[in-house]
Amino acid sequence: MLMRSRKTQVEERYARAPNGQRLDHLLVAEMVAPGSRVLDVGCGDGALLQVLEARGVDGRGIEISREGVNASMEKGLAVIQGDADTDLVNYPDNAFDYVIMSQTIQATRKPREVLEHMLRIGTHGIVSFPNFGHWRVRLGLLWGGRMPKTGILPNTWYDTQNIHFCTIKDFLDLCDEIDVRLERAVALNAWGRPLRLNAPWWFWNLFGEQGVFLLTRRR
Amino acid sequence: MTNAGLKTDDIAARIGEAEHPHSQVVHFGADKPLKLDAGVLLSSFQIAYQTYGTLNADRSNAILICHALTADQHANNRHPVTGKNGWWEIMIGPGKPIDTDRYFVICSNVLGGCLGTTGPSSINPATGKPWGLDFPVVTIRDMVRAQAMLIDHLGIDTLFAVIGGSMGGMQVLQWAASFPDRVFAAMPIACATRHSAQNIAFHEVGRQAVMADPEWRHGRYLVEGTAPRRGLAVARMAAHITYLSGAALHRKFGRRFQDRNAATFSFDADFEVESYLRHQGSSFVERFDANSYLYLTRAMDYFDLAADYDGVLAEAWRGTRTRFCVVSFSSDWLFPTAESRAIVHALNATSARVSFAEVVTDKGHDAFLLDEPELFAMVRGFLGSACVARGLGK
Repeated sequence: MLMRSRKTQVEERYARAPNGQRLDHLLVAEMVAPGSRVLDVGCGDGALLQVLEARGVDGRGIEISREGVNASMEKGLAVIQGDADTDLVNYPDNAFDYVIMSQTIQATRKPREVLEHMLRIGTHGIVSFPNFGHWRVRLGLLWGGRMPKTGILPNTWYDTQNIHFCTIKDFLDLCDEIDVRLERAVALNAWGRPLRLNAPWWFWNLFGEQGVFLLTRRR
Repeated sequence: MTNAGLKTDDIAARIGEAEHPHSQVVHFGADKPLKLDAGVLLSSFQIAYQTYGTLNADRSNAILICHALTADQHANNRHPVTGKNGWWEIMIGPGKPIDTDRYFVICSNVLGGCLGTTGPSSINPATGKPWGLDFPVVTIRDMVRAQAMLIDHLGIDTLFAVIGGSMGGMQVLQWAASFPDRVFAAMPIACATRHSAQNIAFHEVGRQAVMADPEWRHGRYLVEGTAPRRGLAVARMAAHITYLSGAALHRKFGRRFQDRNAATFSFDADFEVESYLRHQGSSFVERFDANSYLYLTRAMDYFDLAADYDGVLAEAWRGTRTRFCVVSFSSDWLFPTAESRAIVHALNATSARVSFAEVVTDKGHDAFLLDEPELFAMVRGFLGSACVARGLGK
């Protein structure tokens, strides 16, 4: 019950298009070539998968929460109950064109291994996450002296599923370290709008509330 | 529980339901023999089946329901022997998750059963007497082969869905492996791709109980006019425990006494749970054939789908286009969730379209037969989306 209310609470804080679709979902969907095969890791209630399937994508999902799986199944989506940290091992190499982690990677126990699996299973990976380098977060810590709470990070430190926060810069470092190529990067502000494209990384890292990255293997 | 021999008319009635069941029947003569895994040809056999709903013009809305070990084809109608409602009435019917206003639902008695499909209590044409133990040992794959002949007979090329729980789920998995192009959607519930050592062990206890009953007469009880009631009842009592969870048993019965306030210091059924199990045992023997019980438990024991594919389960469904929905129950210790996950992992490895969820319940293995709203929602969601994909409309 706590999980549900918390989830809904967070859900409500994402910026949405007039048709109710989340703007960050639409951005992710734009990065996916039509007709491709997609695995959405941590698919929640299946909202992103629905956007993708409406665009002719063959989508699958993994979701850890029972209510998310049930909601997805009721939408007729192919979703299995599972854990990104333990279940990606079971997928063969190159099974998908894209493996997506939308607002999920910060909730995994081993983000690096998960990212490596993503790009083993899929030829592309798409990762979006809340940027912990955002100015509100920085201010929160600097002035408040407490773990920051923001629009898409509304939970207290002891109550959050997000256990591995990172900034946009941190994520870029990880991509370098595991030899992943950045195909496209977009930072979204608090209204779900992309920041200026030619802005330097420090600008994105300061003003981007979320980062969305399209990745490929460097080989 | 008396162990008196069967009256002549009981035997006649029993063989009657096996030979001339209260169901639709299709006969296959010597021109269409069934080649069994045991290496035997079964020529001249019959399949008894029930149907609900209407087959559409292009024959694309048929759902095959595969029944569990001790169920039968009477999924959604009054049972001809017990007079009780169909065993999956909660799931099948107009407006129900398996909606008979939309789908043509078929349920056939399995090969080796005792309600009209040829089995050990049917008449062996070679002798004019019940087959008994002369009936060849059948497998899950044999059951599915026989069902495919029925589906051919009904003029159906591709089944919209094959759905079943427990032994029925095994048949679903086998269908998807044996006839991938004939199964559009598959829903194996509370099952596994092989019977575990523990499950085989429980079955062996049941079979030994039947065979230890002197009235069993080496399987010739129908010919000799006896009935191994006590043995079959004990088998059922033991098996029934495995269908429930410890928590559910405790919730239902606790340590309550049956019609008494204190222990009687005897071996009477002091406890409610004892009385319940005795009732389960004695009512079971009224509707089920002891030899069928031996044959069907054996079929489950022999089931090991991966073994047919050099031990690689994923090969069973390689390249499949069937849509799968796998369901397990959290308190099912007969077919625990790990078994369903193994199915899902193999399907993932073949890039199949698969959904999976574990329903949280304390009702144990039998939960698939009970009121489980989560399961109903899954069946509706899965069939609904399959309908759209199949062009059957929303």
